[in-house]
Amino acid sequence: MYRSHILVCGGTGCTSSGSAAIIDKLNYELAKNGLENEVQVVKTGCHGLCALGPIAIVYPEGTFYSMIKVEDVEEIVTEHLLKGRVVTRLVYDETIKNGEVKALADTDFYKKQKRIALRNCGVINPEDIEEYIGTRGYEALGKVLTEMTPEQVIDTILASGLRGRGGAGFPTGKKWQLARNLVQDGGQKYVCCNADEGDPGAFMDRSVLEGDPHALIEAMAIAGYAIGASQGYVYVRAEYPIAVSRLQIAIEQAREYGLLGKDIFGTGFDFDIGIRLGAGAFVCGEETALMTSIEGNRGEPRPRPPFPAVKGLFERPTVLNNVETYANVPQIILNGVEWFTSMGTEKSKGTKVFALGGKINNTGLVEVPMGTTLREIVEEIGGGIPNGKKFKAAQTGGPSGGCISAENLDVPIDYDNLIAIGSMMGSGGLIVMDEDNCMVDIAKFFLQFTVDESCGKCTPCRIGTRRLLELLDKVTKGQATMEDIDRIEKLCYYIKDNSLCGLGQTAPNPVLSTLQYFRDEYIAHVVDKKCPAGVCKDLLSFTIDKDKCIGCGMCAKQCPAGAISKTDYIAPGKKLPALAIDTSKCVKCGACIEKCKFGAIEKK
Amino acid sequence: MKSLEELKAIREKMQGKVGFRKEEAEGIRVVVGMATCGIAAGARPVLNAFVEGVAQAGLNDKITVTQAGCIGLCQYEPIVEIIEPGKDKITYAKMTPDKAKEVIEKHLKGGQVVAQYTLSM
Repeated sequence: MYRSHILVCGGTGCTSSGSAAIIDKLNYELAKNGLENEVQVVKTGCHGLCALGPIAIVYPEGTFYSMIKVEDVEEIVTEHLLKGRVVTRLVYDETIKNGEVKALADTDFYKKQKRIALRNCGVINPEDIEEYIGTRGYEALGKVLTEMTPEQVIDTILASGLRGRGGAGFPTGKKWQLARNLVQDGGQKYVCCNADEGDPGAFMDRSVLEGDPHALIEAMAIAGYAIGASQGYVYVRAEYPIAVSRLQIAIEQAREYGLLGKDIFGTGFDFDIGIRLGAGAFVCGEETALMTSIEGNRGEPRPRPPFPAVKGLFERPTVLNNVETYANVPQIILNGVEWFTSMGTEKSKGTKVFALGGKINNTGLVEVPMGTTLREIVEEIGGGIPNGKKFKAAQTGGPSGGCISAENLDVPIDYDNLIAIGSMMGSGGLIVMDEDNCMVDIAKFFLQFTVDESCGKCTPCRIGTRRLLELLDKVTKGQATMEDIDRIEKLCYYIKDNSLCGLGQTAPNPVLSTLQYFRDEYIAHVVDKKCPAGVCKDLLSFTIDKDKCIGCGMCAKQCPAGAISKTDYIAPGKKLPALAIDTSKCVKCGACIEKCKFGAIEKK
Repeated sequence: MKSLEELKAIREKMQGKVGFRKEEAEGIRVVVGMATCGIAAGARPVLNAFVEGVAQAGLNDKITVTQAGCIGLCQYEPIVEIIEPGKDKITYAKMTPDKAKEVIEKHLKGGQVVAQYTLSM
């Protein structure tokens, strides 16, 4: 029995900020102080506060250490773990306000969160199946197999109102029902998991795989029982090495414990799971392309119908859900429909995980009940925007989604409301933008992504998105006319209406939504030839105010293009001649502005 | 694993361990002084005796054993405080592992303060 547990985050975020070295050093220091049998080091998944990594939590006290370095470990061991004195200088600021250490659950970041899909992330060791079982793991599978019929399982999921967390929000129970009922020929059916998380900025599926892989395995087995499938596949991108290896370990342990394989719990139900690695193509997140890729073919979509529930993987009925969707399933079985439907809005039940990124203080992963407003997420949980800047927009749904402007900050977020304001839930990437972001440039960024990722099978997407990108490029270079804006809009709708799969059908969304809410910015680029946010380089010019310049020469030293030189003008009251920028040489990098302490350089 | 009973057995074995990572400790807290003075006087075996005793008694859900720094009464170390919501704090002084076992039996399980070990000044 250990008297104390120290949980160190081993998610991708904290691993890249050095948590593996911290774990090694902790084990070394604990052994040195003879504490190895009293204090247990547990490597967990992500806690969500990635901006503060590496993170460690000491229980039972619940002390939350953030941004720890290897050099700090000795002090944590000799002071806290040996002598019980919390190392306050390393404690997350917010938990220690007013001199008192408060519980992590009371901090702004966690207070409004409701963690269901992420409930075990950062709490258990994902490489130890017994820790998962200790949090009621596999109890739902046991209950389903021994007490429920497949129809009852499907009815439960239907009644819970769970909708696909991968973006489109299709009712999960409906999917299962179709896969069970449409084809009943006694042949093989499949349960697949879409872990091909491709949206720039989204990483909740990775976090579940890294922090709680057994939740996915348990849920897929439940789905297998519900639809009558004995084989599952998890399609995950090879760029997620930690997630892949933990999932692999989890599958092996589940087989060892008889929770995967033949005759599970002695009920005669067989189920096993295989991992298929994707090479990272965005289009493989689209369901038909994903299954084509599992079959060993080039990952290209195909027209629907037939839907996967009728003809999916290997032309057999298939259920395909996303990781976060599955992570909710065991909890719904265990805690009941009423519990789940008590959270959320009328048509969107439960919670949603968002990956907070961009211009926000608390970058990380948050799970909130559906219906939480964007304002609560950005201002309260996210801790607001750095450097006192003003909120301009938030981008949800990645390259398939759109922007939410400040006027919609108080709209309760759920599937239907987001569509109504021209965006979409997507997988839950939430990128916050401030007044320094140019909305045309943002639209161009996402479109560049879809142009690169278009598989090329259908013309509207392959050629249409490229033409659209060229038009946007004209706008950012100040070469576009108002007719081009109309052309952009027309082309957007053409691509949406005619593309084969979701990638093309949603690719114009970032353009359309910025046009809807920030049309004046487009017009400023076209008519005034100005970029109001000062981002589009072709529309900027840098000048030095000769009367503010003291001639110190810091800017000239910094200039990589040698574009700044002395003039023969000395401003009244200054000792040295002012400098000037040769606009023909200037590359508009902005390095000079950062160096000038006197605010003499202007960007217009 | 072939039965739900086996799953349940693992769950029960692990629940105490994982359940201890709760954000807010409810119920009774046993706080052992573990500053230099406490350790020198033998606080670590006392702490471990409480941890093991509470686990053996299956009281992990209700009782949290934790450590604290020096409270300033170094000559009475090892000091153990038992804090129960709604009741006065009980302070035991000059503890040993054997006394710890007695406190677990009488106080934590039985609700009777072991008066002769408490701090009386």
